[in-house]
Amino acid sequence: MQQSRAETGTPIPAPAPAAAPAGEPAPTGATEIFQLRGLTCRYGGFTAVRDISLDIQRNEITAIIGPSGCGKSTLLRCLNRMNDLVEGTRVTGEVIYNGEDIYAPHIDPVEVRRRIGMVFQEPNPFPKSIYDNVAFGPKLEGHRSDLDDIVESSLRQAALWDEVKGKLKQSALSLSGGQQQRLCIARALAVEPDVILMDEPASALDPIATLRIEDLMEELKRSYSIVIVTHNMQQAARISDKTAFVTVRVENETDERTGELVEFDDTTRIFTAAADQRTEDYVTGRFG
Amino acid sequence: MGLGTPEKSAQQVTSDMAAPRGRALIERPFQWALLGATLLALALLAALLADVLIDGAGRLSWDFFTDYSDSLDPAETGIRTGLTGTMSLMVLTAAISFPIGVGAAVYLEEYASDNRFTRLLQLNIANLAGVPSVVYGLLTLSAFVYVLGFGRSLLAGAMALSLLILPIIIVASREALRAVPQSIRNGALALGATPLQVTSRQVLPIALPGILTGTILALSRAIGESAPILVVGAVFSRRADTWPWELFEPFGALPIQIFNFVRQPEPGFQIEAASAGILVLLALLLTMNAVAIFLRNRYQKRF
Repeated sequence: MQQSRAETGTPIPAPAPAAAPAGEPAPTGATEIFQLRGLTCRYGGFTAVRDISLDIQRNEITAIIGPSGCGKSTLLRCLNRMNDLVEGTRVTGEVIYNGEDIYAPHIDPVEVRRRIGMVFQEPNPFPKSIYDNVAFGPKLEGHRSDLDDIVESSLRQAALWDEVKGKLKQSALSLSGGQQQRLCIARALAVEPDVILMDEPASALDPIATLRIEDLMEELKRSYSIVIVTHNMQQAARISDKTAFVTVRVENETDERTGELVEFDDTTRIFTAAADQRTEDYVTGRFG
Repeated sequence: MGLGTPEKSAQQVTSDMAAPRGRALIERPFQWALLGATLLALALLAALLADVLIDGAGRLSWDFFTDYSDSLDPAETGIRTGLTGTMSLMVLTAAISFPIGVGAAVYLEEYASDNRFTRLLQLNIANLAGVPSVVYGLLTLSAFVYVLGFGRSLLAGAMALSLLILPIIIVASREALRAVPQSIRNGALALGATPLQVTSRQVLPIALPGILTGTILALSRAIGESAPILVVGAVFSRRADTWPWELFEPFGALPIQIFNFVRQPEPGFQIEAASAGILVLLALLLTMNAVAIFLRNRYQKRF
C-alpha cells in the first residue's frame, strides 16, 4: 500500500469549484488548486499584502518572488492559515482551495494545515529521533501499525532514506542543515498533503544542499503542488513553472509599505518578456 | 625617526601603551576586596556547617530517624514524626502546586493573548513571588482553615506551602516554555496538530526538565519554611506518624521539630539533637537541589 502511495502521490479529487465573484477570471475546473480572489492581509493597522488575485495550478511549481519585505512570506502563510497564529491578523478576500474558501467561517484551520503542508526557511526538526520526526504527523492522524512504512516511503520521497536508514533512532539534530531540511520535507510528506508550501527552503543552505532541494522539488511536483517563496531569482527561473512577482508599494504620506502583485505568468515569460516594466527591472537586477 | 633605530621606537610604543600610573592602585585592591567578600560569605557558611557537624554528627544514627521524640532522654529522642511530616507535606505540596502552576504557565505562554488583563496577571504573579511567607500562612488560615473548614490539618499546611511556591513554579515554568523555539510550534502546527497536541506532544516534553528543575527548587524553598505552617497549626507531634493521605490529621515538620529541640533546656536536645536535625534538613535540601541541577544539565536541549 505504501509503495503505491509513494508512486501515485495524493490524487485528491477536486470538488466542483465555487463560483468566483463577477469580474474575476472564471474558474476553469480541476487544474487550479488555489484561486486567490482579492486577498488582503493586515497585521493590526498595517496592511502586509493587498488585493492579490491569482490562480495556482495543480502539479506545478509556483514561485513567488519579490524584494525583501514585500509580503511574499505573508502571502504564502495565508495559503494554509499559518497567519492565524500571529495576533491581530485579519485576512479578507478569498483563498479558494479545491473549490472551498479556506477562510469561510466553518473551516477548521487544523484541517487546512493537514492538507496544505509547509516547509520553513530555517530547518526546524523536532528535538527527537529522525524516525519520530517523520512519524509525528501520521501519529496525529491515528496511524500506528503502518508507521514504519510511512516513515520509509516519506524519507525515500525526500531523497533522504539512503543517508539515514541505518540511524533512524538518532537525533534529528545530528543531521546537517541540508539533511535537516530534507527531513522537514519528509515530515511534511508523511501526512500526505495535497500542497507543499515552501518559505525560502534553501536560503539557510549551502549551494550543494540547495541543488539537492531543487532536484527534489522537480521530483515532488509530479505528485504534489508546490508553492515556493524565494528571493533567489535564479532559483525561481530554474525550478518554477509559474512565477508571481510581488513588490512593495510605499504610501508617500504614511510611509506604509504594502505588498502588491505586479505580474503573474509563466516563468519563462516573466524572465524573458515581462509585461510590466517593474518586473523586468527586478528580474534583470536593476532593482531590489 | 628612522628605520635604523628600532630600539627607540619599541620603547616609544611601550610607553604609549603602558597603563596610566595609578590605575593599578585601584584595580588590584578592588579585586582583592571582591575576593574578600566572596571568601567571607563562604567562610561564614563553612563555620556554621562545621559547628552543626561537630555538634550533631555524633547523634546521627538509624535510630535518630526511626525513633519518636522523647522528652526526657536526649539520647533516645528521634525525628521520626518531623521527617514523616515534612515528607507528607512535600508530596502533597507537589501534588497541589505542580499541576496548577504548570497549567497557569501553559495558559499564559501558549494560549493567553497579549492584552491588558494578561499583563496585569503576569505582573501580579511576579509580585506574589516576593510576598513574605507568613502572609501565605495567614491567607490559608482565614480562607482554608476557617472558611472552608480544613482545620489545622496536613492539607492546610500543604495549601499554605503551595500558595507560597505557586508563583515560583509559574515563573520558572513560563521561562522553560518560552525557551522552546517558536519554530517547533510552527512545525507541529503545519503538520496539522491542534494547539493541544502541539502543547502536549512537543512543547511540554521539551520544557519538562526546566519545569521540573523549577518545581524542585521551589519545593526546596518550601521544605525549610516554618512560619506559614506554624500559622496554620503545625504541631510538634510526639508519637504520631504523618502520612500524605491523612489529609485532615494534625501534622508536624522538620523545622518545627528542630525548633522544639532548641527550646529544651538540656544541651542534649538544645545542641546535639537540634544540630542533627539541621543536618538532616540540610541533606534533604541539598539532595533536592542536586537532583534539580542534574535534571537541568542532563536534559537541557540545545537548538
